[in-house]
Amino acid sequence: MLEIRGLTATVDGKEILRGIDLTVPTGEVHAIMGPNGSGKSTLSYVLAGREGYEVTGGSATFDGRDLLSLEPEERAALGLFLAFQYPVELPGVGNANFLRTALNATRRARGESELDAVQFLKLARAETKRLSMPDDMLKRNVNVGFSGGEKKRNEVLQMALLRPRLAILDETDSGLDIDALKIVADGVNAQRGPDFSALVITHYQRLLEHIVPDRVHVLANGRIIRSGGPELAHELEAKGYAGMVAEAA
Amino acid sequence: MNVALKREELPKGEQGFLARFEGLRGRLPGDRAVRDAAAAAFREAGLPTLRDEAWKYTNLRQVAETSFSEPLTEFADCAPLLARLPALDGSRLVFMDGRFRPDLSTVPAHARVATFAEQPDFGALARPDRHPLVALNTMLAEDGVIVEVPAGVDAGLLQLISLAADAHGRPVAFHPRHAIRLAPDARLVLLEMSVGEGGYLHNPVTEIEVGEGATLLHVRLQDEGRVCRTEIHARLTGPHGIVHLNGAQLLGGRQHSDFTTVVAHDAPHCASRQTVKNVLAGRSRGVFQGRIEVARVAQKTDGYQMNQALLLSPEAEVDSKPELEIFADDVKCSHGATVGELDPEQLFYLRTRGIPEPEARSILVRAFLAEALDLIDNEPVRDVLDRLVESWWEKQAA
Repeated sequence: MLEIRGLTATVDGKEILRGIDLTVPTGEVHAIMGPNGSGKSTLSYVLAGREGYEVTGGSATFDGRDLLSLEPEERAALGLFLAFQYPVELPGVGNANFLRTALNATRRARGESELDAVQFLKLARAETKRLSMPDDMLKRNVNVGFSGGEKKRNEVLQMALLRPRLAILDETDSGLDIDALKIVADGVNAQRGPDFSALVITHYQRLLEHIVPDRVHVLANGRIIRSGGPELAHELEAKGYAGMVAEAA
Repeated sequence: MNVALKREELPKGEQGFLARFEGLRGRLPGDRAVRDAAAAAFREAGLPTLRDEAWKYTNLRQVAETSFSEPLTEFADCAPLLARLPALDGSRLVFMDGRFRPDLSTVPAHARVATFAEQPDFGALARPDRHPLVALNTMLAEDGVIVEVPAGVDAGLLQLISLAADAHGRPVAFHPRHAIRLAPDARLVLLEMSVGEGGYLHNPVTEIEVGEGATLLHVRLQDEGRVCRTEIHARLTGPHGIVHLNGAQLLGGRQHSDFTTVVAHDAPHCASRQTVKNVLAGRSRGVFQGRIEVARVAQKTDGYQMNQALLLSPEAEVDSKPELEIFADDVKCSHGATVGELDPEQLFYLRTRGIPEPEARSILVRAFLAEALDLIDNEPVRDVLDRLVESWWEKQAA
């Protein structure tokens, strides 16, 4: 499970996270909601290990391991996955090659045997079908020329293949129409089980209709100001962020 | 009084080249007058210095001060070098230290091939009187290849492989002379690959002629020794000819590689394309000088040059010098250059997917270079690039 205690972090010398406390037990899906600039994306980048995000205090552990001292690839090997808000384009890198390299690196790290091209393609085709992705998305360059919805589906495809134990979904709903949103949500729900946890970061309650969380946390000004059950998302929808921030103050 | 200024003391390297010419003079193939004229031009001009415009970027001082030994080609073990390149189907012409190796070569079925040693042919495009390194090449060229594709023939993919090594730690120099000629409506894909180890000077001169309606796709992949100056002179002689001169060079340590091309458009409606990609690590230096000459008759010329560099070290350097000389009034010629580093965002993305940093870097380097190969629609050829990058990467890490 993920355990965050008093986490503070700066970006370009500016304090963005001001003491986050959060526990996501194994098997649970938690949502983090918050207005723009509240620190949602910073939290996901700090957990994934992005350069330029400086942790100034507190801790984050995953199954008791200190996450913050690990390289991004080591965190991935432990089972952490970040679905990017803005998936990165990789011109010149074929999607199938990229996915197989990532999968085999992960399997290696877990002490599992690597998949050859044939085994991999069989697996990848099954997943693309489930996500209603056209087959040629495997042949194209990673995220190059993909629509917003295709990019997000490609993130979920990576998650489905890598089978993380903790997925952080950073505004995976942004830029999706309702059909794509359902497909993406189904992809996440398919992973749910006793060994899978997720941190769903979103601005809107809409996604949480499809991925129903066990807990909802409201992030504002770099702190979690409220936590509650799924009904908290509805309350937030009614009051708006401003109302809730004012209440908490 | 009018006294011609004589260059009094020649640098060691120049003396060495001239002495080598004197020693070989009677045995070198080809027209002795051409050789003597080239030697005179070389003696007169010497190795260029940074003050020469065409040599602003390539410092040959180290060449000028080096005594080069004879290549020990007969004793060289080609196998480890050749193993860096995966075996591709089809024809290939292999050179070791600038000398043709028939035992390692497979001559193409649909093109006429001769070696320079047997049928010396200096061509007419590269000018020893104007370019000192062409003079050096013309003076000392011992071997090379002449490929002629007959009219209307598609000769497919031909590999031109250059292997090289120093002489047990002592630097060597060699100056191959190649000619590629395509008759009207002929087609050839030429994949030139150069790999080598140690300190040597590789100074090839290649002349290319593309006839009416013919297409040459030339891609050069390079992971070479200390200093390499590649000079290509191409001429489009008939309407609707197409020539692509692409390059992907991998440089590290203190390597220096200079790719200089001159493309002469001597007929209308022709296209020339050059995409040159450099990856530079350590304190290496890459140079691309591309000149496009458009004759008055060459209306509707379409010329394009792009030089892109990926710098993996703050001490690496790349220089790009495009030159356009246009005498026709209805043409489209463009050039561009970019220099960058690996994108930290792309690197981070790959690493969050569990891909270790060195592997992530190598993926991005391959992706960068791949564009130079885009025009060859051949999966095994892309594997060649993967292998080259892989072995280069291991060397950089060592």
